[in-house]
Formats: sequence, structure tokens, C-alpha cells
Amino acid sequence: MFLRLLSDLQWRAANLKWRRMTCSWRSTSSTAEPYPVSLPAQAQVVICGGGIMGTSVAYHLSKMGWKDIVLLEQGRLAAGTTRFCAGIVSTARHVSIELKMADYSNKLYQQLEQETGVKTGYMKTGSISLAQTQDRLISLKRIASSLNVMGIPCEIITPKQVAQLHPLINIHDLVGAMYVPEDALVSSANVSLALATAASRNGVQIHEKTSVSHVSVQKGRVTAVETDRGQIQCQYFVNCAGQWAYELGHSGEEPVNIPLHACEHFYLLTHPLKEPLASNLPTIVDPDGRIYIRNWQGGILSGGFEKNPKPLFTEGRNQLEIHNLQEDWDHFEPLLSALLRRMPDLEALQIMQLVNCPESFTPDMRCIMGESPTVRGYFVLAGMNSAGISYGGGAGKYLAEWMVNGYPSENVWPLDLKRFGALQSSRTFLRHRVMEVMPLMCDLKVPRWDFQTGRQLRTSPLYDRLDAQGARWMEKHGFERVKYFVPPGKDLLDLDQSKTFYKPDWFDIVGSEVKCCKEAVCVIDMSSFTKFEISSTGDEALESLQYLFSNDLDVPVGHVVHTGMLNEKGGYENDCSIARLSKRSFFMISPTDQQVHCWAWLKNRLPDDSNLTMEDVTWKYTALNLIGPRAVDVLSELSYAPITPEHFPSLFCKEMSVGYANGIRVMSITHTGEPGFMLYIPIEYALHVYNEVMNMGQKYGIRNAGYYALRSLRIEKFFAFWGQDLDAFTTPMECGREFQVKLEKGMQFVGQEALLEQKQNGVYKRFTMFILEDHDTDMDLWPWWGEPIFRNGRYVGKTTSSAYSYTLERHVCLGFVQHFDEKTGEELVVTTDFINQGEYEIDIAGQRFQAKAKLYPFSSLFTHRRRKDEEELSGYQRE
Amino acid sequence: MPAPAHLFPLIRNCEISRIGSTVCYCHHKHLCCLSSHFAHSHFRYAPQKKFAALYRPKENFNHFIHARDYASTPQRFYLTPPQVNSILKANEYSFKVPEFDGKNVSSVLGFDSNQLPANAPIEDRRSAATCLQTRGMLLGVFDGHAGCACAQAVSERLFYYIAVSLLPHETLLEIENAVESGRALLPILQWHKHPNDYFSKEASKLYFNSLRTYWQELIDLNSGETTDVKEALINAFKRLDNDISLEAQVGDPNSFLNYLVLRVAFSGATACVAHVDGVDLHIANTGDSRAMLGVQEEDGSWSAVNLSYDHNAQNEHEVERVKMEHPKSEEKSLVKQDRLLGLLMPFRAFGDVKFKWSIELQKRVVESGPDQLNDNEYTKFIPPNYHTPPYLTAEPEVIHHKLRPQDKFLVLATDGLWETMHRQDVARIVGEYLTGVHHQQPIAVGGYKVTLGQMHGLLTERRARISSVFEDQNAATHLIRHAVGNNEFGTVDHERLSKMLSLPEELARMYRDDITIIVVQFNSHVIGACQNEEL
Repeated sequence: MFLRLLSDLQWRAANLKWRRMTCSWRSTSSTAEPYPVSLPAQAQVVICGGGIMGTSVAYHLSKMGWKDIVLLEQGRLAAGTTRFCAGIVSTARHVSIELKMADYSNKLYQQLEQETGVKTGYMKTGSISLAQTQDRLISLKRIASSLNVMGIPCEIITPKQVAQLHPLINIHDLVGAMYVPEDALVSSANVSLALATAASRNGVQIHEKTSVSHVSVQKGRVTAVETDRGQIQCQYFVNCAGQWAYELGHSGEEPVNIPLHACEHFYLLTHPLKEPLASNLPTIVDPDGRIYIRNWQGGILSGGFEKNPKPLFTEGRNQLEIHNLQEDWDHFEPLLSALLRRMPDLEALQIMQLVNCPESFTPDMRCIMGESPTVRGYFVLAGMNSAGISYGGGAGKYLAEWMVNGYPSENVWPLDLKRFGALQSSRTFLRHRVMEVMPLMCDLKVPRWDFQTGRQLRTSPLYDRLDAQGARWMEKHGFERVKYFVPPGKDLLDLDQSKTFYKPDWFDIVGSEVKCCKEAVCVIDMSSFTKFEISSTGDEALESLQYLFSNDLDVPVGHVVHTGMLNEKGGYENDCSIARLSKRSFFMISPTDQQVHCWAWLKNRLPDDSNLTMEDVTWKYTALNLIGPRAVDVLSELSYAPITPEHFPSLFCKEMSVGYANGIRVMSITHTGEPGFMLYIPIEYALHVYNEVMNMGQKYGIRNAGYYALRSLRIEKFFAFWGQDLDAFTTPMECGREFQVKLEKGMQFVGQEALLEQKQNGVYKRFTMFILEDHDTDMDLWPWWGEPIFRNGRYVGKTTSSAYSYTLERHVCLGFVQHFDEKTGEELVVTTDFINQGEYEIDIAGQRFQAKAKLYPFSSLFTHRRRKDEEELSGYQRE
Repeated sequence: MPAPAHLFPLIRNCEISRIGSTVCYCHHKHLCCLSSHFAHSHFRYAPQKKFAALYRPKENFNHFIHARDYASTPQRFYLTPPQVNSILKANEYSFKVPEFDGKNVSSVLGFDSNQLPANAPIEDRRSAATCLQTRGMLLGVFDGHAGCACAQAVSERLFYYIAVSLLPHETLLEIENAVESGRALLPILQWHKHPNDYFSKEASKLYFNSLRTYWQELIDLNSGETTDVKEALINAFKRLDNDISLEAQVGDPNSFLNYLVLRVAFSGATACVAHVDGVDLHIANTGDSRAMLGVQEEDGSWSAVNLSYDHNAQNEHEVERVKMEHPKSEEKSLVKQDRLLGLLMPFRAFGDVKFKWSIELQKRVVESGPDQLNDNEYTKFIPPNYHTPPYLTAEPEVIHHKLRPQDKFLVLATDGLWETMHRQDVARIVGEYLTGVHHQQPIAVGGYKVTLGQMHGLLTERRARISSVFEDQNAATHLIRHAVGNNEFGTVDHERLSKMLSLPEELARMYRDDITIIVVQFNSHVIGACQNEEL
């Protein structure tokens, strides 16, 4: 084994050409010739990329006992983005899984020097995030709430306290700040080298100056990696190629879509101050000024995320080497202005260099992790959105767990590669989207913000009709969906002004849509749902589905079953409705962003049997949801068919004609708990059926509605939906859906054992509905999701979604309650009594509101439709 | 800066229309003892100063701020950048000389012109035309006062007078014969007009007859000498002013025309005209508009060369000239408060017969004139200390300049520009615009010792230039943007620009004058070649 390691790689302030400085490499083995060791012919795992991600994955895999690992790096270890990154380890993150990764990374780096003997430059400095506006402060308070319940010290401080913590800051325009004392600085290159050192001690082979040309695939599995120095046969391949990950993914015969795109990123290095800055001075993040500032060699290092990013490498890799990227002072000017505004005393400080360090960004600002949906054994970890060093440790750990155990120890769906489809890998889309994403790094993240670029890609055939009627759109998985309809003559605020943490401007609009759903009839275009058809010549379809789904699918033809698609631990991989169209064919409806994940899950588990076919028919059907008590009248007038409960009971599916159009699949479900129907319409009939419905519906007061109304309806009915409330770590038992599981259906199914065990031993978390008691809708901050829940003053869990219930005239939050032992913190079984006997509070940006906990929906209180509701309770929703 | 700077922040916080109307009301009440026209720049008794003194703005604006409390919704007037651009670009015009126009390779590449009104309607005019029967191009800006009638007439007519003055005897004969026999006329000028630059149809016959009389006289006078441009320019100016005066004295049977010629004669206009023919550049100037040459030095920097002298109280020679032309007894009353007879800012102008005619003539014309004229306080008003008319002349001062390759452009502009910007800044801004500094070299720190502050200053300056250059396709527009929007750092401040442009009509004049700009760009290669030939 040959590994050259840096012994003293440190940025030397005195040397302007520090990038090219000669590093003294020390050989840890006896050999010293250039290419002494040939590549092994085979290995269990080949990791491509010697940056922080690749080394972290290697480190964690080897720690978990996998030894037969080869890490390939085209240049030198830690020479890419990792080499240039600013080295700030910050735990202040919005998404909880990212927060956990950053927290783990911080703890890992802290002890890494001791573990490996490699100097990592770890310095606990703390970080201060500044707020120039009240909205920003709210945003910081939300993060602070999350950090506190995670046990990460964190406090909201006044501008005066900021001045005490950092001598140079101009505080006159600040309204407050968040101080995270445990945040740290590292030399990212050295961290990477330390991880590599530890990995190589554990047996990982590291080969530099070896580039991967492509990955060979046979029968949907990784078989070998082709490099410029020969082939390595392997079972697993890990793509940690950073900004080259996209290209590498596309280099093989079987492309793996890794939607990320590089942007230039600039930061400034200065000479030391006259009185050099202390190395433990906190890092400053000024999101309103779009900059970060850390101490560096007695001077400062300051960069930021400009409004007009410069994407690069759109055409793929070219002659432009990462080392030769130009400094662009004019481009940096706004950030320099922000810096001097924040620290006016720096005017006289001498510039050392402006570093141009490309970073890769993803379409939704979250990193990309996990196994390819098309090639088994092909794993990816890339697209860090400039937080590579913060996530590096945690991300590497989760991916290693994923590879070794089949799934990580935390829910990483928000980061899963399978949340993207082929549609997000257009270069044009990525280029445009990352230009929006990069500024968003610093923009205020308010509830319900939508991306503005890369839109109108997938649309319903009714798009233009709905748009002309005042539809306002959001996007899910590339599909345009209606939020709500702005009535004619009514103008909402423009985009920027409607961003608020308080009551939004559409409040009354959605209220009237909800009212119409409750009293008359509304139509919602829900075409984005993922739709599969599974059929077989014999009984294969039924048998396979019975094994893969928890509910009993052997129902009479024409029935609809709500069921979970569970993993071995009983957690929801998907939550769907399946209609039995005939003895041997099934129509399956899943949430929009399940298109890739569910397909891959089923493909990998359905028997390889030519008699069994599965088809993605998402694009073939337009889905209209007719919600409301008068839906039945509209439909019966349009079809001349009796639609009374006797003829068309709940959870029923029938092909019928609507207007002139034949073969419309009508299902008596609405996903909201309200009465009504879903119409699955072959797309060529979509406009016709829509027009007929609207014309006929006129006398019943029909109107268009959007997803915001749907969400309000389903949340007040306590309907959980997958991807928000439900995830791979939630079982039906934990969310009150035992009735969706047929434990005794006469055959085994995935997750059965785990569920049986839970049934016996009880659950450790429980999905609960909270009604905010002392919350003023007009004046108080609105809940969103991720708010900590307190029971008798103690933290018990977080909310997963929330909505205003127009019926209750209260806010409703849904979330999970856990039971931690007061002394040990150990997780205990959550009983109904535990839920019911507690005083609850929801923490919204540091302010606590009393809440009433409920395990069953309110519906029984209002109406007599209780039975039906319970049947429908299983309806998954998508927002 | 036409307005006391301290007023500005107060005003922008108030409901502007309210102030506007109130101010204007008072304004008329106190200053219109003569006429509302007196509010005009050339006729003001320093109205801004007066304004400030009369109304004690602090109290007054406090009052307005209180007034705002009663308004149900405080109005925000804020123009978006596209709105600002559409205002700035409404009057812009560009002309590019065709590269091969068949006759000669022109020393002029083309010109950009634009104007921004402050008066409503605007009192500035501009003209540009190519001489078709002789060589050369004519460009001019005209700043009207006491109305726009005179400036309008001069902008329509002056270039014909100049062109005719330049024409050789044979051509004049040819034209006269054609008119006589009703044949088609040889075109004399090719106009380059913005759609908003109009010619009055009604007066064309009258104007034509006056012009014809002029060329008939020229034919009769036939001196046989080759026409000297300088002389031609002076003659044309004087002749046109004379014709304006005569037409008003004679009157016209058509009552509309009669009123028109009187309005032309009683209002006034300055003129600054350039005649470019090869390397010969002549500037004929009457009044306080200004011509400036932009010169690029060897090191690439820009400097300004004045090609005209302002005819106003700041020009000692002018003051001297006026004093020489009148008896010593009037020395004290001739120039008061920097104005001619205490009233008029420019010391030379077209029209303005009030400063030219004898008192008897003025009275006679006004009394016999139409009622509108008679009712007008202003026309009846005789300037104080009016003893030995004429006090005013339209005779231009002509400067000849031989163009050199380093002379890159010429700026003709009315005083609205010059009172807000120094010529050196004008030269730099236009020069950098025309040479496209937006293709700036990237900055590299290299081994130099640069501080963050220094770098910041440099970058801010570069950005200001780039951002404003990118928005404009027209050098004149670009200059107006700077003239109106420049902040104390010499960079365009959008907020300021937006505020200046959203001032209501009545108030706009308090903060700026009409601005009219023509930027002529020269072809250095052609000029260089001409120079070599001459050598």
C-alpha cells in the first residue's frame, strides 16, 4: 500500500503562492516511487473521490468493519473543493437531518486529531448568525429552538452581546443574533487527510492520480470500475466526485442521474491585522449581508453567496482547471461592501487574495445521498451546497450505514437521491436552478416558498384553463400544482411581500375554498400523483403485492385499499391507495415524489417474471378530485348512473362515462375525509370532463380549489401524509393505522414481524394532533413544521406539519410524541394515557403556545360521518 | 443644483402632489406679478432663493408633514428602473452616418441626442440635419424662455438660413428659378428628427417666403467670393432674428399666424449650433448653451475643451460688450443680479423683442395685436431702465476648430446640463461610454499592496459606471441619467433618479431645468486621413 500523507499542510499566510506550495509528503510505507502499487483486480467497494466525502465514507465503512475498500482520487487527496473550502463547521441548519449531520461532524472532527495524529486545525470558536431584520431573527429563533432540543448549546443574543463577543462588528443595524458556542473551524483539507489516514490504517487502499472513466453494470448491478490504470471488479461503487459527480454518473452505459451543478464561489483572504485576530474569535454569518467572516491567520477569511451566481462547467469538464479559475473582483464587490459595512475597521486591512472555489449545488438545496434507483450497488454522496465540511462526517456515516445495514440510522429521505428523477438532470434546468439556489443560501426561508426557476416542466392538460382562472402554482417533482385560486378582481401582494412568518395574504381565499368543499363542491386537479398499473397473467400480481403491502389486497374487484408499503422494520416506504381493477390487475396511486423511489423499490422486489408487468401510467391520467357534499349530484347528472351509497359505497372504484367520455376511473375517495370522488381521466378527455364538470357543477356552486385547501382539510381530519408526517421510520402502529394492516392475512408480508413485535411491546412514538389554544391567528407567528413539542415542560418531539383549520378556527399541528425517561433520557413506550395526561406546548420560534393533544380526529364531533372517516383515515396526502 | 439641498429630504417625505400644488399656488401669487413665465430660468429673479426666503421652508414643510397625517393613504412615489428608463428614453434619438453616402467619407460617425423636460411643455428644442447642396452637417440645441415659441421657430428655420448662406451663387439661382417656375425644389437639408420634433405646418408658407426673400437678396448681392462659413453663420443668425422681428411688426392677416409670430418675437431662445465639414468644426453660439469637445489624451484619459463662451453675466467680456454698447449712465442698471436689466439671464438671444424694440414700437405692436397679447401682463411690461434699445442681439460668437484625431466627440447642451455637471465630468462620462469602458479589464491584486477600503472604492466606481452604461444605448441618455441621478459620489443613484423624475410638473422646474443634449461622435480615422492630406 502506498499512501503519501501531508504532515504539515497549513495555509501559510506569508506565502502568496500558497496554493502551489510544495507540501512535504511523508510516506507511511517503505516505497517512494511514483506509481509503485498497481490497482487491485477486485475490491468490495470502490470509492471515487478523495475529498471530504470520499474519505469520510471510507473512514466510516472501515470503522464499521468493511475492509476491502479502494479509494481512487484523480489528483491528490483533498485537492478539489475540499482544498479550498472555508473550513467552517456550523450546526445552524434548517432541516433536522442536516442539523444532525453537522452535529455529528463537529463531534467527529473534535477528536480526530487525537485519534489519527494528523493536525486538523480544529478550533472551537463558536459562530454568531446576525439578524438585520425581525423576520431574520424569527428565522434564527426557529433554528435556535431546534438546536436547543437537540442538546446543542445555542442562544439568541442582543446586538450589544454581539459586540462583546466580537470586537470588530458594527452592530448599529442589527436587531439580534444567534450564538452557537460549539461551532468550530477546521482546515478542511487536513480533516480529509486525517480521515484518509485513519481509513488507511483500517485497511482502505488509497490511490491518487487515478481517474475513473466509467462504471460497468450488468443486470442492473455494479460489476466493475474502469480507470485509467485498469479495471477493478467490485460490488459497490461510491460516487463522491463532487462537482464531477454528474458527469461521472452519465459516463457509463447505464446513466445515473445526479442532479448537481457547480457555481463559482469567492472568498477573500487578508493579511493579519496590526493586532492579529485571536484564533478563537467567533465566526460571523451575516445572511442579510450574504456573507460569512472567520478569523484566519490573524486576518480574516470572508466569502458569501451573491445574488447573481456564476454557474460553471455546464458543458461538462473542459480545459478550465479548478486551480486556474480567475478571481473576479467586480463580481465580489457587493460582498466586499457588505463586509466593510459589517466591519468598517477592516478598510485598512491589506488584501492577500480572492479565492475562487467552485461549489456544487443541487436543485433543492439539500445534498444528494443514497443508492441509484437504476443501478444497484451504485451509491452517491455529493452536492453539498457549500456545506461539505459541516456535513462531511455525518453524511459519510449515514452512507456507510446505508451500505452496510441496508438503511441509515436516521430518516434521510430529504437527502435521498431517489427524490429526483431524470427530469431534474437537464443541464439547462440545473444551470437555471442553481442560479436560484445559491442566493437562497442566504435568503430568508419563509413557510411555503417555491422555487421560481425550472418551472412549468410537467403540467396537467388543464394548466392553461386553471391558470386563466387565477391559479397560483407551486411545484412538486417538476409538476405544477395549484396552491389556490385568486378570485377575479382580487390582487395579492407580489411575491416578495407575501413572504411572511405570520398570517399569509391568501388566508381568506383558501378559507372560502375550504368552505366550498364543506358546503358545496370543489374540483382540485391532482394529476401529479404517481400512478402505476401492476398486472399479471396469473395470480403473480396479487401474490407479490400481498407480500409487499401491509393491508389485505385480496378484496373484491372494484374495491380500493389504503395500504402502506413497509420496509422490514415496519416503516413506511410508501403510503398508497390500490384499486383492484380486475382479478389480476391493480391500479396504484402514490404521492407525487414517489415516482422514482416506489418504482425502484418495487422493481427490486417484484419477482423477475415475464408474466408480471408493472407500468408507470402517471402521464396517462389526469386526476380530478371532486370534494364536497354536492359532488355526488354533479357526478350522477353527468353519468346518468346511480351514485347512491348503495351503488357506490365508500372506497369503491368503477369505470364509467362522464359526459361523452368513456372509461373514466371514478373512486369514492378524496384524501381529505370529506365526501367526494377522485376521477382518473385518460388525458385526451381531461379538458372535456373538466368542462362538463364545471358546467354541470354551476348550479351546485362548484369552484376550483387548490392544495392549500386540501391540506387544511386533511390536517384538521388528522390525515398523515407520506414524506412529511410519515417516513421509513414510522410504522402504522405509531400513527394509529393498525386498521390498515392485516397482520393475519394468511401470508407473510414485509414488516410483519416488526409490527407484531410493536403490537406486543407498544410503540416508542405516537403521531398526535395538537390544537393550538392561545394562538392568535392574526397576530402570532404561524406554525410551519419542525416545531418542538413540550409535554409538561419537557421536550417530547417535533411537529411534522401544520395548517389552519377553518372549521375549528384554530391552528392544528401534527407531530410525534416520544417518551424520554426523565433521568436517563432512555426512550420509553408511549401509551395512550401518556399522551392524554399531559399539558402540551408548541414552541414557535422560541414562543410557546398551549396545545391540546388528540389521538383521534375531531370529525365525530361535527358530523355523523365518523365511520366513513375512519375508513378514509388511511388516505395519504401530498402537499 | 437648482434647489436648496436641504429641502429635498423634507419634500420626499411629504405627499408630493400636495406640496406641489400649494407651492405652485403661492408661487403664482407672489411671483406672477408680471407673468408666470417669469418663473423660467432665464427670467427668474433667482426664484429658488426667493422661494426659500418667502416661504420659510421649515415651518412650511412641518405644516405639510402634519397635513399628511390627515391623508388616508400616504402615497409612495417610487419609479421602478424600467419606468425610469422609459422616461429617460422617451425622447432619445440616434443617427448613424451611412458609411458610404456616395459623396464623401464623413468625419462624423453619427450622433445621439435626447432631451428631458422640466417645464411642461418643454421649452428646449434641438435640430440636426445634413446639408445636401453643400458639404457638412448641422446640429443645434435651442433653449427657449418665456415659452417655447421662439425656440420652436428657430429650430425649424435657422438651419435653412445657414444652408442658404452657405450655398454658392449658382445653386441659389437654380433654386430661385425652380420656385419661380413651380418646378420641384432641390432639397437643401436632410433632417434627422425624433418623432416628437415637429415643424409647424401653418407657418411654413410664411417662413418660406421670408427665407426666399433672404436668398433673393443674396443673389442680388452676389459678391462672387467663396462663402466663408463663419460669416455665413453670423449672417444667418442675424437675418433670422431680423425676420422674426419683422414678421411680428408686419403681422399676418391670418389671426392664428398673427398671434404665432408675435409669440415667437416676444419669447426668446438661445442657440448653439455646430457645423461640421471634414476637419472644420464651427460653433456658432448665442446665449448660454454650450459646446464642448471631448478629447482623449495619450494616456487614455478624457479632457474637455470649451468651444463656446457663455453669454451671461459670468462672462466678463460679455458684460464689457454690453456696457460698451450703452451710455455710461446706464452702467449700473444694465446688469443687475447677474441678469440683463435685472431680468434676462442670457446676454444674447433670438426673439425677446422686449429687449430689442423701442418702447414706442413695443406699445404699438401690443396695442394693435390680438387680445391675447393685450391681456398678457408680460408683453405689456417694459423692462426697467429701458433707455437705449436694443439691449440684446442674436449675433453669434463663432469659434472655428480644426478637428484632430484625439477629438473624439462634441457635446452640445443647454444650460440644464451644465448647471448640474462640470464639463470635465461630462467628457469623462461620455468618453468612457463611447469607448465602452464596460469591457473593463478585470482587476487583479497580484503582488500589490491593496487594502480592502481601496479595493472597495475602486469597485464601487467601476460598478457605477458599468451599471449605468449597460442600460443606455444612447450617449445623451447616459449623460442625462448622470446629470439627474448623480449622488455626491458622482455615481448614479437610482433612488435619487427616481425621485427627480417623479416630481410633479409644477415642482420639477424647481429642481432642474430642461435638458437637451446632442453628442456627436467623430471618426478619428477620417480626421486623421484628412489631416495627412492637408499636410
